[in-house]
Amino acid sequence: MKANPVAVNGAIPNGTTARSPAKPKKWVPILLIAIALTFLALVLYIPAINVFYQAFHKGFGPLLHNLSNPTFLHAVRMTVLLAAIAVPINTIFGLCTAWALANKQFRGRTLLLSLIDLPFAISPVVAGLMLVLLYGRQGWFGGWLLDHGIRVVFAFPAMLLATAFVSMPFVAREVIPVLEEEGTDQEEAAHTLGANHWQTFWRVTVPNIRWGLLYGILLTNARAMGEFGAVSVVSGNVAGKTQSLPLYVEEAYKGYETEAAYSAAVLLALLAIVTLIVKEILERKTGGSMRKGH
Amino acid sequence: MLGYLFVMLVLPIAAMLSKASTIGVADFWRIATSPLALSTYDVTFTTSLIAALVDGVFGFLVAWVLVRYDFPFKRLIDASIDLPFALPTAVAGLTLATVYSESGWVGSLLAPLGIKIAFTRLGVGVAMMFISLPFVVRTVQPVLMQMERETEEAAWSLGASPWETFWHVLLPPLTPAILTGVALGFSRAVGEFGSTVIISSNTPFKDLIAPILIFQRLEQYDYAGATVIAVVLVFISLLMLLVINFIQAWGRRYEG
Repeated sequence: MKANPVAVNGAIPNGTTARSPAKPKKWVPILLIAIALTFLALVLYIPAINVFYQAFHKGFGPLLHNLSNPTFLHAVRMTVLLAAIAVPINTIFGLCTAWALANKQFRGRTLLLSLIDLPFAISPVVAGLMLVLLYGRQGWFGGWLLDHGIRVVFAFPAMLLATAFVSMPFVAREVIPVLEEEGTDQEEAAHTLGANHWQTFWRVTVPNIRWGLLYGILLTNARAMGEFGAVSVVSGNVAGKTQSLPLYVEEAYKGYETEAAYSAAVLLALLAIVTLIVKEILERKTGGSMRKGH
Repeated sequence: MLGYLFVMLVLPIAAMLSKASTIGVADFWRIATSPLALSTYDVTFTTSLIAALVDGVFGFLVAWVLVRYDFPFKRLIDASIDLPFALPTAVAGLTLATVYSESGWVGSLLAPLGIKIAFTRLGVGVAMMFISLPFVVRTVQPVLMQMERETEEAAWSLGASPWETFWHVLLPPLTPAILTGVALGFSRAVGEFGSTVIISSNTPFKDLIAPILIFQRLEQYDYAGATVIAVVLVFISLLMLLVINFIQAWGRRYEG
């Protein structure tokens, strides 16, 4: 059906009658934009600005003071270390998974795909509980670990497992759609021309998926550095020992050290902003094809 | 890859289910339906649902405004929608608790009206709205972008009012996307812990949510009590996944 040209450009000649196309009023968009922005301001922007205001309204003093606090520094190191191990592991896992599942049809594929998404569906606290039930004192491996003097729960290994758990699906989720869109033609061509699997992977597949892969790594890192629930269950949250930066934020706040809490929070907020900027750059590179929810 | 998946996912889930199976049906039922547990389900699910529905309305509005209108800083605002994905939840909880406390920027405006947000159920709802918002916007936005404006224009030109066009032409094909966004936001809100534990006063029967109850039981080494609540939560999450798949399958009838 062809649209009425009058309605298309929205101009109604003077003296049109009741049957004429009803044109939305001019103030409607302005009102809608105003409502949307007010909502965003209340839910997103005012809280986001508040992080920076609270951290810097007395100048850089409190932040610099905190930077010399050993507990705080330890929490920063812990968070960086957790991400430095969990992100590469999940990147490799995500790549393997995407490679194994994209462009293939086999029994159990749908099951595997939903299994990989499970960490998104499971509450982080429940994830932490599962790890405690597995590696804790009374857990499946608890006795064996105790006999061998290995501490997992309330120590770094469980924090790492929790971090890896919650940040597991991102790479596979971003890479699978890219691989499916690309198809297998180029790889098959490379094989026909005599390239082995390894050469095909590095010279054909990786360049094709690089932006999706980077985006997945970015999201993995943001989640790994920011995770609170799962890590807080398994870490025991001992300041200076098993405390990551998000845990430090919560403990400082509950201990009425609001300034210390915001000094740590502002670092994490900067991480979030860098994440969003890199994400925007990656989206522009791929023409916005990655814009979707998680 | 399968090994990693097995160690990281299958084993932990198996450990939880095996723990649950040692509890016994009668005890399981007793713990799962204790008054405290029931009150945490009420706070968790009702608040999550309301938060997700509010996000459904405003998230749709935000997506609409971003797709259809032009205004200053639009790109920046579009990019900022993903902030809740990127901002650690502890930071979100911290700043929301400050802004919505009685002395905070927004809370102080509402306090004279007798409305308290931080450290009440309302605060938990605000935190849930924060973390669920991008799910709605990012689910509705692509569908809205693909919609052809010709159908609306045809409806107008046939004499439909803007309201009629909205209700009968625009909304039906968007409904599956909005519902999917709401369902995704809901399931995210149900499991949320980091931001809610900070903004809630964690008072039983008032604003204590199920994930925090699990956490508290673990702190008291009550593994059975924690596991039962966890199984209930996981069960609801899986149910939500099914619902989401169902809505998406239903939405496909608008494609092609």
